Amino acid sequence: MSENNGHSTSLRLKTGLAEMLKGGVIMDVTDSRQAEIAERAGAVAVMALERVPAQIRAEGGVARMASPKKIREIMATVSIPVMAKCRIGHFAEAQILQELGVDYIDESEVLTPADEAHHVDKHAFKVPFVCGARNLGEALRRIAEGAAMIRTKGEAGTGDVVHAVKHIRQIVQEMKILTVLSEEELYAKAKEHGAPYELIRIVAKEGKLPVPNFSAGGIATPADASLVMQLGAEAVFVGSGIFMKNSTEFADPVEAEKRAKAIVRAATHYQDPKVLLEVSEDLVGAMKGLAISALDEAHMLQTRGW
Amino acid sequence: MKIGVLAIQGDFDAHKKRLEELGAEVVLVRKPEQLDQIDGLVIPGGESGAFLKILGEQGIAKLKEFVRVKPTFGTCAGAIMLAKEVTNPGQFGLGALDIRVRRNAYGRQIDSSIRTGKLGESPLEMVFIRAPKIERMGPGVEVIATEGNDAVAVRQGKAMAATFHPELSEDDRLHRVFLDLVRDGNGVHG
Repeated sequence: MSENNGHSTSLRLKTGLAEMLKGGVIMDVTDSRQAEIAERAGAVAVMALERVPAQIRAEGGVARMASPKKIREIMATVSIPVMAKCRIGHFAEAQILQELGVDYIDESEVLTPADEAHHVDKHAFKVPFVCGARNLGEALRRIAEGAAMIRTKGEAGTGDVVHAVKHIRQIVQEMKILTVLSEEELYAKAKEHGAPYELIRIVAKEGKLPVPNFSAGGIATPADASLVMQLGAEAVFVGSGIFMKNSTEFADPVEAEKRAKAIVRAATHYQDPKVLLEVSEDLVGAMKGLAISALDEAHMLQTRGW
Repeated sequence: MKIGVLAIQGDFDAHKKRLEELGAEVVLVRKPEQLDQIDGLVIPGGESGAFLKILGEQGIAKLKEFVRVKPTFGTCAGAIMLAKEVTNPGQFGLGALDIRVRRNAYGRQIDSSIRTGKLGESPLEMVFIRAPKIERMGPGVEVIATEGNDAVAVRQGKAMAATFHPELSEDDRLHRVFLDLVRDGNGVHG
């Protein structure tokens, strides 16, 4: 009957939920109707948002935590876990989301950062956090702050997978290098990555992050999902790619559901080209998207967070 | 002895690791035809609704046939899959265990917890994550483990289930119980 509440117990429960999401697809939704479609398509969780990243990018302005009323509606509609985003460093938004009872908080670069130097102290929360990362150092700094899941950042709201690929390759390669280094080299690597030595040592020993490593930011097709998973991502977040036709218009719901189902099957069968062909054949094209190579550095979301 | 772990999605790797530590040969099962090649199946934690949707009608029919004749062990979402009746909300169950299971019965993720229950008379750590509860048991269902007043691991014929995640604890006793079941079920003792 006893219930333990220590630090490591808490982290085990937080990463435990991430373990349950592996091999699945987490979908951005902006209302309960989209949440229903996502659940019906086989999503393992939904991310409740006011606007998807493509809209945030197109409309500009300050992007904040979604309205609790909207999140609550989505929580009441689906039985799968519901995640919501808070701004980087905005621990008060995180407190509100925890009080609301969301299952995971994404401290996300997609929203406008609230703090230029500090991320949220995620150990202070009972609800688990996922954070974005472009490289191993960033991933380990977030884990040191208490993140229970890492997702590569990619470039959200573009439908261009190139930076999701860049970031997963970067992290995987940096981890591989650690596994062949000697003790004294690991100390130097800790400094180079700006990450705690203890975490560097764990990665060197295990060859992987101590928390699940998912991918996000520009995944728009079943083939994209397969690509990042073959490169080492353990699950995928799909944002604008399912429900958007382009940056401002929603896709036809029937098409969106088809695409959602196809990406879900692609995540399960990511190593099986036969299934990937089958699910791709049914689709009528993905969101128009924005090529990242045509974006100014100033318009990149991934450089938010440190 | 070849054990399949259903790998639609969920914590199938944690089960694979545990079963391999105990000496089993493990296959990740993603397609229905793979069920023909295994002696027993583990249905891991994850999202039971997503399992059903991705399996599709054909996969579910094949799985339903499998759990009738071969040993199967479901944890959390896997326990929901094996149940005869599922509530909150209602969904299809394979019916290998005559139980009614309530999904997300403890609440949301902030209500997840690690508790100490009992395996027979001895203490067992139990990791509950957005866990279900067994609300009703038929007469043929045997209780293997309890937490407070709740039956949290049960067995009936060739099927067994835990509402928690033994694959996320160090204690490997429940997986051993399952491997024994597979050995007995195949007429191989010892």
